[in-house]
Amino acid sequence: MSRKPPVGNRGAVLWLRENLFSSVGNSVLTIVVASLLLWFLPPILDWAFFSADWFGTSREDCTSDGACWVFVTSRLDQFIYGFYPEGERWRVNLMFAISIVLLIGALYEKTPFRHLFALTFLAIFPFIGFFLLSGGVEGVPLLDDLPAVDTHLWGGLMLTLILASVGIVAALPLGILLALGRRSEMPLIRTFSVMMIEIWRGVPLITVLFMASVMFPLFVSSEVEMDKLLRALIGITFFQSAYIAEVVRGGLQAIPKGQYEAAQALGLGYWRMMALVIMPQALKLVIPGIVNTVNELFKDTSLVLIIGLFDLLAIVQAALNDPKWLGYATEGYLFAAFVFWIFCYGMSLYSRNLERKLDHEMRS
Amino acid sequence: MKWWRDARVRGIIWQVVLFLAVVWFGWSIYDNTITNLESRGITTGFRFLNEEAGFAILQTLIPFDESYTFGRTFLVGLLNTLLVSFIGVICATLLGFLVGIARLSSNWLVQKLASVYIEIFRNIPLLLQIFFWYFAVLQALPGPRQSMSLGEVFFLNVRGLYLPSIIQNPGFGWVWIALAVGLVAGYFYKRHANKVQNDTGKQLPGVRVWIAAALGLPAIALVMTGMPFDWEIAKLQGFNFQGGITIIPELGALALALTVYTATYIAEIVRSGIQAVDKGQTEAASALGLHNWQILRLVVIPQAMRVIIPPLSSQYMNLIKNSSLATAIGYPDLVSVFAGTTLNQTGQAVEIIFMTMGVYLTTSLIVSVLMNMYNRKVALVER
Repeated sequence: MSRKPPVGNRGAVLWLRENLFSSVGNSVLTIVVASLLLWFLPPILDWAFFSADWFGTSREDCTSDGACWVFVTSRLDQFIYGFYPEGERWRVNLMFAISIVLLIGALYEKTPFRHLFALTFLAIFPFIGFFLLSGGVEGVPLLDDLPAVDTHLWGGLMLTLILASVGIVAALPLGILLALGRRSEMPLIRTFSVMMIEIWRGVPLITVLFMASVMFPLFVSSEVEMDKLLRALIGITFFQSAYIAEVVRGGLQAIPKGQYEAAQALGLGYWRMMALVIMPQALKLVIPGIVNTVNELFKDTSLVLIIGLFDLLAIVQAALNDPKWLGYATEGYLFAAFVFWIFCYGMSLYSRNLERKLDHEMRS
Repeated sequence: MKWWRDARVRGIIWQVVLFLAVVWFGWSIYDNTITNLESRGITTGFRFLNEEAGFAILQTLIPFDESYTFGRTFLVGLLNTLLVSFIGVICATLLGFLVGIARLSSNWLVQKLASVYIEIFRNIPLLLQIFFWYFAVLQALPGPRQSMSLGEVFFLNVRGLYLPSIIQNPGFGWVWIALAVGLVAGYFYKRHANKVQNDTGKQLPGVRVWIAAALGLPAIALVMTGMPFDWEIAKLQGFNFQGGITIIPELGALALALTVYTATYIAEIVRSGIQAVDKGQTEAASALGLHNWQILRLVVIPQAMRVIIPPLSSQYMNLIKNSSLATAIGYPDLVSVFAGTTLNQTGQAVEIIFMTMGVYLTTSLIVSVLMNMYNRKVALVER
């Protein structure tokens, strides 16, 4: 006859004993940490949710002593679209919609023609997006009818997403070329690639952006007008390509020598060997690394506020200086932090998920 | 085989093409820049470094006022960058190791709390965090007259944190000498203790003697010279505090944000480093009768360091580079005073940006050399 286990060895009690009270020291630690949490968590939750004001139009609508989210909700449109003209915002929404469809198509594993989605997103979508947003292209049907919207009106979350996606789409091919250059057997090309990578990685993004905003206009002949956004994008692209190059190099190093030899034995030249045999394998290996780089880039885009572009953080910062809304810094920053956090945490979950899957595939 | 199919010939052609492209590109940039600078009436060269700056700086580690040169502003900014980087590296390492170890704690609550901290703070832009600490937290502190104080010695208000400073009277030099002697003597004693342990297996109390020498000798010197120092405590005079050491809120916010942000990365590095140590090592150490803390300190961490050091050094470099965000809140670091104010005053963008970038490149290089030296020391020695 089997005996039942003692009460202390089951369920919640066992869990508590093993995870929170396994020794005297552990019990003390648990009690201290738990009382700290009980001390400061309830007031924070109360401030942020239970006694907060949510909707309205002015600060007079904030009557309770909690957070005043009215500041955020009444300006939500501006935080998302910047100064983009209200009548034209459907263009931004359309672009968001297209990119979501393409991204889901590319990331979800069971989509048919998954690679097609990814390729469209990387190669065709940036152009569609750009012309859709800026409009006013003469002589092109449809685009001709859209009123032109100057890039200095672009802002908010929309600009943040544009900076990050254009940055990554443009940096990817450049980064791959630099990675190949770094592993090349030609000394001049190798030296040049190493220098490019190390210099861009060795300086802060701020100095790159400063260089883009004050020096690029000096570099080109004075007739060429360079858009401020374009200058920032060029700087971000070079900076980012150096990081991508190092990630891709890691992938290239992980491909066994036999693959190169087999490709050469088949009579493939350098470019065909890379494009058909090596790169597809290497890139698959480094997708998690690239996602992590995108994550870093996404956070770094906030630095453009220093050269006077109005990304999400800059526009929240500007709203905080509105004399009608002084004193809501905490609410403003928490909102911006929350939006950034959703995107970045999402990306890091995705990359971890991929890493696990990759790990599994490599073992089986 | 046709000559253009020869890999060597093609390699040479590729390189010549790249070389010519780079030369052409560089030359056209140079030519454009010179033309543009001339048309704007900006002189080139580094003569501006000897001109009078004519502006003041919020916080300086070396004497500075309006009459000093632009060359001096460069130095002031550089020192301020190094100051905040140094504080950041030390604090982030301590916090990072603590959280990294907490992440592996057997205590569920502690472990979850560490994870929540990491997931929150590594996924929010650093600039946003700097703004948050500076504008939302530190700016909400009370004014000088309503300062928070600890025993009327430390004061905290919206203008900064005020600490007492030490005024050295004649004779204090002996304390510094005693400190140096204590450190050197401790070093040789530790070497001796290591040698004894290697030769005989006997353990002498090495680190403890070192600490005792480094603290004890200066203490003896202090007593013997008759306490030749005074405390200067900050005092409220008029609208502000005078005297003592002031930590300006810009420095506080920047150091805090750099620490909290970088520590999340360091914690993950420490965790993966510790997890990379074979579980058998812990079991073997535990079978030898070592305590948990001893296992961590003597067996696990020394081996984990081999995995930890390389990524840790790139985090240090990131922290130093990220300290340039100072410019957003006006802490006078290199980018803020030199690539900001000095550039606006002189207009010599090319020289100033290149000098600034050069500093960061050099610093990265120095950090990586130092960390590589340390890495070689801890790396596994194999035949």
